[in-house]
Amino acid sequence: MESQINRYSKQLIIFNSIFILIWLTISIFPFLWTLWGSFKVKADFFTRSDWTYALSGFNTLIETGATTTVKAYIESWTEGEFWRATLNTMIVTVSVVTISLFLGTLGAYALSRSTFKYTFYILIAALIFRAMPHITLVSGYLFPFFQLNIWGILPTTIIVLVAINQPFTLWLLYSFFKTVPKELDESALIDGCSYFQAFRFIIMPVMWPGVVTAGLFSMMLAYNDFTVTALLLNQENYTMVPKINAYLGTIEYGGNYMWAVSSVVSATAPLFMIIWFFQRQLISGLTAGAVKG
Amino acid sequence: MPHKTFFWFFFPTGLAMILFIGLPIVSSFFQSLHIENQQILMEVENCDPFGCTTNVRVDVEATEKLKEENPLGRFNGFGTYTDRNHLAFDEIKEAWNTSSSTSEFKDIVLNLPFYKAVLFTLTFCFAVTPPVIILGFIVALSINTLVKSLKGLAIFGAILPMIVTPLIGSLVLFWMIDSQGIIGATIKILFGDPNLSLKSSSTLTWITLIIYGIWHNTPFAFIVFYAALQTVPQDPIEAALIDGASRFQRVRFIVIPHLYPVATFIMLICLMDNFRVFEPIIGFSAEGVAQSLSWMIYQDLRNENKMLFGSAGATSMLTIIGIAILLTPVLLRTWKEFRTER
Repeated sequence: MESQINRYSKQLIIFNSIFILIWLTISIFPFLWTLWGSFKVKADFFTRSDWTYALSGFNTLIETGATTTVKAYIESWTEGEFWRATLNTMIVTVSVVTISLFLGTLGAYALSRSTFKYTFYILIAALIFRAMPHITLVSGYLFPFFQLNIWGILPTTIIVLVAINQPFTLWLLYSFFKTVPKELDESALIDGCSYFQAFRFIIMPVMWPGVVTAGLFSMMLAYNDFTVTALLLNQENYTMVPKINAYLGTIEYGGNYMWAVSSVVSATAPLFMIIWFFQRQLISGLTAGAVKG
Repeated sequence: MPHKTFFWFFFPTGLAMILFIGLPIVSSFFQSLHIENQQILMEVENCDPFGCTTNVRVDVEATEKLKEENPLGRFNGFGTYTDRNHLAFDEIKEAWNTSSSTSEFKDIVLNLPFYKAVLFTLTFCFAVTPPVIILGFIVALSINTLVKSLKGLAIFGAILPMIVTPLIGSLVLFWMIDSQGIIGATIKILFGDPNLSLKSSSTLTWITLIIYGIWHNTPFAFIVFYAALQTVPQDPIEAALIDGASRFQRVRFIVIPHLYPVATFIMLICLMDNFRVFEPIIGFSAEGVAQSLSWMIYQDLRNENKMLFGSAGATSMLTIIGIAILLTPVLLRTWKEFRTER
């Protein structure tokens, strides 16, 4: 029976294959093109006359003596101080993931185990908080942060990103905790564990898949954020994404545009590798979140 | 779980959310009631051999002092909400009185900054969401039929547009369809029009932004549908197969009804995320013809030396009201579903 359900007509298979190929081209090609173009000079990647220059590297050959060049990478990492942005991104990402998982698991565990009605209202409130556009929150931060003199530094941004991320983390981990049977921690409580001990030694060890998924989403938020980091950090503390935007703001230097192109590659490559590695967890996380949501 | 234990478990995350999501909304509201201090002017008499002239100039010292005493500016009530850059009541009234036809009135209103932004934001939201749901569903169905060994690779490729941040995603596309990029230049040659470019008409720019929105959001819909497809019960499908249902009928009458709640969820998230659109506008350098509500706030705040807190606060509050109106029906539905589940 199973085989019959999964047996498809020939036309369907052909249609499917073509459709998937088209979709994959649409979604992958822009990135491949940017990767290719980042090794060319501006006159080739943004050509006015003939787009085949971008393939052959016509101007790159004239300007640098070879058809590929890593000039944009070297310049953006040294002169453009992209190394500093990378370092900042690493600090922000690691801190945000650690802190939001710590807070999120505690909160979500409590929400999933409490039988009182207020948990329901807390979850609805979290959903409403999730809907707030980040920029409206940022407009509320700026003035108090200036007054308290904590604007522009990394710790402030980290805490803000953790808070912004909490509603989603809570919902995700809540649905994961719900799948862990209550009897598990109840028996631990009967044996004399405190709630915290039951959480720490009984529940957490079986929760790793959920924690990894929630961590991945926190990582994507912190790594990719533009709204918060662009407005809450000063120039020296910029993370990668606002830094790339800053390169674009200075079009007057021909080279800077290529800095942005090469930095886009530098910034997306590690992200793609991490996602490739953890793909299974990402999908299982969305399953848990989506089916419940 | 007793109240006390619950409190201590929930305290850290609750505190973080109240301090950094709840309070900023209150703070935005207070800012919106204030407006920047006026510059204090003083008259200076300049005397030279030909006589005395009085000049008006800014008293820098007094202005600084006023700013220090009153950093938020002076109280303005709801004045900022009704000014030209927000709800623009006066301008609308005037347009109503002077314009001869409804289309003229509409033109004037939709050229006011706030209404222009509302129009773009809503157009973007409602143009992007339906195609995203349909495309995502088709991609999920297609990839679900692939052989196992290819699935992983196909899924990874298909979700790439979602993983990158909107700014980078839009830049990557912009560099291709820009008049100097590979696609833009080719189109120019194909149509034989050297001036044809993305920025040449606002309609073209809007369409580009919407296509970008579909490109960016479809992977999310795909992955949620894909995950939900794994939970479709096999028994009714087998039964339908025995009764002679075609594949299309099986999808139409068994799979789609099963996925309805998931589609609601995707719609909710899509509307939430697209209502805050503004990074693509920066990525595509489309500020000239397409402004969104979030972009207006960003514009008020981006200049470090002269931040318009009042204006940004007012736009923020109006944005929040907008999103509340937009999401109430979906939220109510989630509320009901959640209630019956318990």
